[in-house]
Amino acid sequence: MELSIRNVRKEFDRFPALEDVSLDIRSGELIALLGPSGSGKTTLLRLIAGLDFPTSGAILFGDEDASRKSVQERNVGFVFQHYALFRNMTVGENIGFGLKVRPAATRPATADIRRRAMELLDLVQLAGLENRYPNQLSGGQRQRVALARALAIEPRVLLLDEPFGALDAQVRRELRRWLREIHDRTGHTTVFVTHDQEEALELADRVVVMSQGRVEQVGSADEVYDRPNSPFVYSFIGESSGLPVRVENGELWLEDRPIGLKAADAPGGRATLHFRPQDVELLDGCGGCIAGTVSSSRRVAGTRRIELEIGPEHHRVEIEVPIDHAAAQKSRVAFRPTRWAVFPASA
Amino acid sequence: MSDPDLSAADAAQLSPTTEAWPVRAALIALTIVVVAVLLVVPLLVVFVQALGLGIGAALSTFRDADAVAAIGLTLLVAAVAVPCNMIFGIAAAWAIAKYRFPGRAFLITLIDLPFSVSPVVAGLVYVLLLGPFTPIGAWLLEDYGVRVIFAVPGVVLATIFVTFPFVARELIPLMQDQGTGDEEAAISLGASGWQTFWYVTLPNVKWALLYGVLLCNARAMGEFGAVAVISGKLRGETVTMPLQIELYYQEFRAMAQVSAFSLAAVLAGLALVTLAIKSWLEWRYADQLAATRAGH
Repeated sequence: MELSIRNVRKEFDRFPALEDVSLDIRSGELIALLGPSGSGKTTLLRLIAGLDFPTSGAILFGDEDASRKSVQERNVGFVFQHYALFRNMTVGENIGFGLKVRPAATRPATADIRRRAMELLDLVQLAGLENRYPNQLSGGQRQRVALARALAIEPRVLLLDEPFGALDAQVRRELRRWLREIHDRTGHTTVFVTHDQEEALELADRVVVMSQGRVEQVGSADEVYDRPNSPFVYSFIGESSGLPVRVENGELWLEDRPIGLKAADAPGGRATLHFRPQDVELLDGCGGCIAGTVSSSRRVAGTRRIELEIGPEHHRVEIEVPIDHAAAQKSRVAFRPTRWAVFPASA
Repeated sequence: MSDPDLSAADAAQLSPTTEAWPVRAALIALTIVVVAVLLVVPLLVVFVQALGLGIGAALSTFRDADAVAAIGLTLLVAAVAVPCNMIFGIAAAWAIAKYRFPGRAFLITLIDLPFSVSPVVAGLVYVLLLGPFTPIGAWLLEDYGVRVIFAVPGVVLATIFVTFPFVARELIPLMQDQGTGDEEAAISLGASGWQTFWYVTLPNVKWALLYGVLLCNARAMGEFGAVAVISGKLRGETVTMPLQIELYYQEFRAMAQVSAFSLAAVLAGLALVTLAIKSWLEWRYADQLAATRAGH
C-alpha cells in the first residue's frame, strides 16, 4: 500500500503541530519518522492512522483519499508506545481481538481466530504463552504481542509509535533486528516513530527527519548522514561541529584568513561551517587551514577526540585524531575538514 | 538477613518509616478500641435487643403487614435507584475522564453535591419543587395522575439524589488514570464504539464499578433523612425500613421495641451480607484484581 501525505497541517488549539508536511511512502517500505520530542512525528503517525484528523491537507492510501475516514475504515495496524494491551484478556484473546470484533459477515469462526492467533504467536516467537495475561510478560514480550495483535487484522499499513522506547538497550537491539526480519517476511508498508537516530538509521529504508512540525530531510541512512541538507540535520544526526565563517568570492574565511575551502555556490556573507569530527585531515603547516588550541582530549572507543578552541572568541570544535597523536593541552593543532557543508547564518 | 542476632523486630526497628514500639502499640490499641466501641458493640446491641424476648417475638415482627411492606419498598427503591445511578455514574465518569469540555471541573464538584448537602434539605427541596401545589407537581398530578411527593416515586427520587455520587466517584479517578490508550487500541483494531465499551472500558473498571454499586446499594437501603421528609410516612405505603424502625421505636410497647430492633437487625444483616459478598469476590478474583491494578 502506497501512502501519500499532501500538504498536511495540524493545529492543536491554534498551535501548529505540523506545518505543510508532504511525504510519499512507497509500497513495502520501512520508514522511520525521526526527530526530537515536539517535532510532530507522533502527530503525523496518528494522522496516518486516523486517530487524529488534519486541519488541512490530504492523506492518500493508494489512490483513495483516506483523510476523512475513521480509524476503523482505514484498516491500519497500530502499535502503541506503551503497547495498550487489554489487561483483562489473555495474550491469545488480545491477538484475536481485531478478528473477534468484525461484523458477523466477515468474522472468522472462533476456531479460526484461535488458529490465526497461534500462527502469529509463532511469528513473534512467543508460542506457548497464549494463556498468559499481559502483566505476566516482560516488556519485550508485550511489545511482540502488541505487534502480533496489530498484524492479526491484516492491516494495509503498519504504524509503530516509539516501538522500542520503553525497553532496555539489550532488548532494544534484539527487537530491532527482529522487526526488520518480520517486515521483510510480511512485506507490510511500515512507518515507525523514533527519537533514536541509531535505531532509525539502522532499521529504516528511508529516514524522515522532522523538526518543529516540518520535514527537514527525507533519505536513506547514507543520504541523511553524509549529505545533511540543513544545519538542524547536521547537528541532530551524528556528531558535528559548527564554526562561524564568512563567504567571500566563493571562498571560506575564518576571521582574517582563508581556510582553504571553496564554496562556489554559497552566497556571500556570514555563514556556518559544519563538519563531523572524523571528516578532517590534520595539517603540519598552516597555509589555509583551521588552527586551534587543544582544550581537552578524551578517548572514545578506538579513537581519540580533541576539543579545540579557535580564534579570539574561543569557538569550540571537536575533531578526531589518531590514538597516538601527541596532542597535549595548550598545544596548537591545525586541520582542514575533508567533508563539510556551509549554510548561510540565520539572522 | 544472614545475621542470626538480628531478630525480625529489630529489623523492623531499622526501617526509617517505622516508629518506636510504644507509638505503634498505642496506635494499634486506639484503632481497636475505637472500632470496638463505635462499630462492633452497637451492632451487637441491635441483635441482642432484637432477640430480647426470644426468637419467636423477633420473628413475629415479620407477620406485621407494615414491616413486610417496608422491606418490600426498601428493596424496590434500591432496585430502581442503584441501576439508575450505575448508568448515570458510568456516563458521567466517561464524560469527565475521556473528554475535555468547559465546565468539567465544575461538573465534578456538582456530582459531589449530595455528599455535602444534608439529606433533609434535599428532601425538602423536592417537596417544594414537586409537591401537589407547585406548578410541576400539579401538572404531573392532573395530566398524568402521578403523585410524586408523599408517594413511592418521591421516595425513589430522594434516594437517587442521595446516592448519586457513589458510582461516579469510584469510576472518575480510575478512568482518568487509565486514559484513552486502550480505547484507541480497540478502535484501531476495528472495534465499534459499543464493542470498545463492552470489551475494553467496562472490564477495565469493573472492580471500581462493583464497589461503587455496593456502596450505593448500602446507602440506598439505609437512607433516612431525605426519605423521611418526602414520604409523609404513610404506613404500609411510603415507609421504608429505616422509617419503619423509627416508627416502631416511637411506640411505647415492649413488642414494638423488639420489632424495631428486629427490623434493624435485618437492615444491618443486609449490610453485612454486602460486605461479605465484596470480601468473597476480592478473595475469589484476587489474581484478576492484581492484574487490572498492575499498571500497563
